[in-house]
Amino acid sequence: MTIDSVEGHRPEEIRAVPLRHPGRWVATAILLVLAAMLVHDIVTNPRFGWGVVGNYFFATPVVDGVEKTLELTFVAMATGVVLGVLFAVMRLSPNPILSGAAWLYIWFFRGTPVYVQLLFWYVIAVLQPTISIGIPFGPAFVTMSANSIVTPFVAALLGLGLNEGAYYAEIVRAGILSVDHGQFEAAQSLGMRRTPLMRRIVLPQAMRVIVPPTGNETISMLKTSSLAVVVTYPELLYQTENIAARTFETVPLYIMACFWYLLMTTVLTMGQYYVERYYARGTSYALPPTPIQRIRRNLTTLRRVPFSPSGLGGS
Amino acid sequence: MAEPMIRAEAVHKRYGLLEVLKGITLEVAPREVMCLLGPSGSGKSTFLRCINHLEKINSGRLYVDGSLVGYEERGDRLHELREREVCRRRTEIGMVFQRFNLFPHMTAIENVVIAPVLVKKEAKAVAATRARALLDRVGLSNKIDAYPNQLSGGQQQRVAIARALAMQPKLMLFDEPTSALDPELVGEVLDVMRALAEEGMTMIVVTHEIGFAREVGDTLVFIDEGVVVEAGVPREVIANPQHERTKAFLSKVF
Repeated sequence: MTIDSVEGHRPEEIRAVPLRHPGRWVATAILLVLAAMLVHDIVTNPRFGWGVVGNYFFATPVVDGVEKTLELTFVAMATGVVLGVLFAVMRLSPNPILSGAAWLYIWFFRGTPVYVQLLFWYVIAVLQPTISIGIPFGPAFVTMSANSIVTPFVAALLGLGLNEGAYYAEIVRAGILSVDHGQFEAAQSLGMRRTPLMRRIVLPQAMRVIVPPTGNETISMLKTSSLAVVVTYPELLYQTENIAARTFETVPLYIMACFWYLLMTTVLTMGQYYVERYYARGTSYALPPTPIQRIRRNLTTLRRVPFSPSGLGGS
Repeated sequence: MAEPMIRAEAVHKRYGLLEVLKGITLEVAPREVMCLLGPSGSGKSTFLRCINHLEKINSGRLYVDGSLVGYEERGDRLHELREREVCRRRTEIGMVFQRFNLFPHMTAIENVVIAPVLVKKEAKAVAATRARALLDRVGLSNKIDAYPNQLSGGQQQRVAIARALAMQPKLMLFDEPTSALDPELVGEVLDVMRALAEEGMTMIVVTHEIGFAREVGDTLVFIDEGVVVEAGVPREVIANPQHERTKAFLSKVF
């Protein structure tokens, strides 16, 4: 074998004839025809009622409903996250009482439909007309009617939040289990007790596994919050149905609601992207550029950056 | 004679039916550097992990600085220690791992600062000052703000040593500290350990670095199949092993 490392000599650049893809052109043509048919129908079919969609899009009750939907989503999600972390840590606790209690909670709330749970909270007053604070089996200091405590909002929050807590506990547990065992040992050998070890060492690393499904769960929660209709909480779908009952413009109003939900989930998807980047710090993967960085680079190079799996593109 | 830093009396450890330690008896004096040598699976790492109670021993007695590891002797019975007490005792024992186990979401200095602040409730500024001094001592004053994945293996291991030293331990355990390193990075870690030994730190080092054991170690203990086969002054054991197992092992390592 001979090694010839003459610097400066470089063979000419390869300019091969690109591979042809006739199948792609056929597929594109078919899709274009189908898309044209769909667009034609959407534009010409009067039953879509685009005027109605536009008229009610920013109507006061609708905007109010959107606000309530967002409010319920975030409060229920926050409840779910707090409960989820708590029950995941309990589930992995060496204390059998704690892990048993967590198992029971997850078993019950994951095992019954969220719709039924919501209905149940709605009619809680039938089961428990009054709620008292006092000595167990002894005298009560304060007694209130269940209906004054479990308002439609509280019923929706309990139904969605407790259910989410059960699912989220499993997500957090998976995240904790994904952290290398050496991390536990290193922290233990430094004398860290279980709580700070979880909070400062394990959970921040588990976040990388926890965050993507959290985005998924939040989006799911936003849509599931529409079930709060059954507890008469006046969120987006409730308001939509109210207007529809008055005007009989059912289809356009459902389309309007869909647009609102799509808009909100799109914003959440974008937020998730940046949160994921934040928790990827200190990992061995290069961070993919943000869309803004990508646009900026494309503008400066004025060239199409070919796709590459690392997301970094060619140069 | 002074109280030994470590006293092991017939220490046994089982995982299910597998007996890993079959009665280890040894003593480590303060300021002594003991090197543990032996084939993989012989129980040397397990023994090390028993010393700071990462593993519970099944029988025998293990004392660090005069007090029983993980238990308290009241009357004629052993009582398990509370988590608080187990953790307090661990703060006195530094440990360095084969795979470094730095916290990847923290920079070098954050790795060194976190335990003193979190466990010993030291003021951040005080801990940071000492952390800088420690990182300087292991030759990494220019890598203070680097994340572990931006450091070479040798640099990571030196941060890990600084992290353990930040708790001001009276005893350091090294579990094959150079086994995961590229050959050209081994020297920088051994240099740090040698300096530490010269300052009088009590150290137990599980290693395959015969050269280090001979030059730095005060004692060399050869362990095989969960028992101490041979122990003595490193130079003598290496030059003139008495047991067949030791001879066979040393001939393969060299």
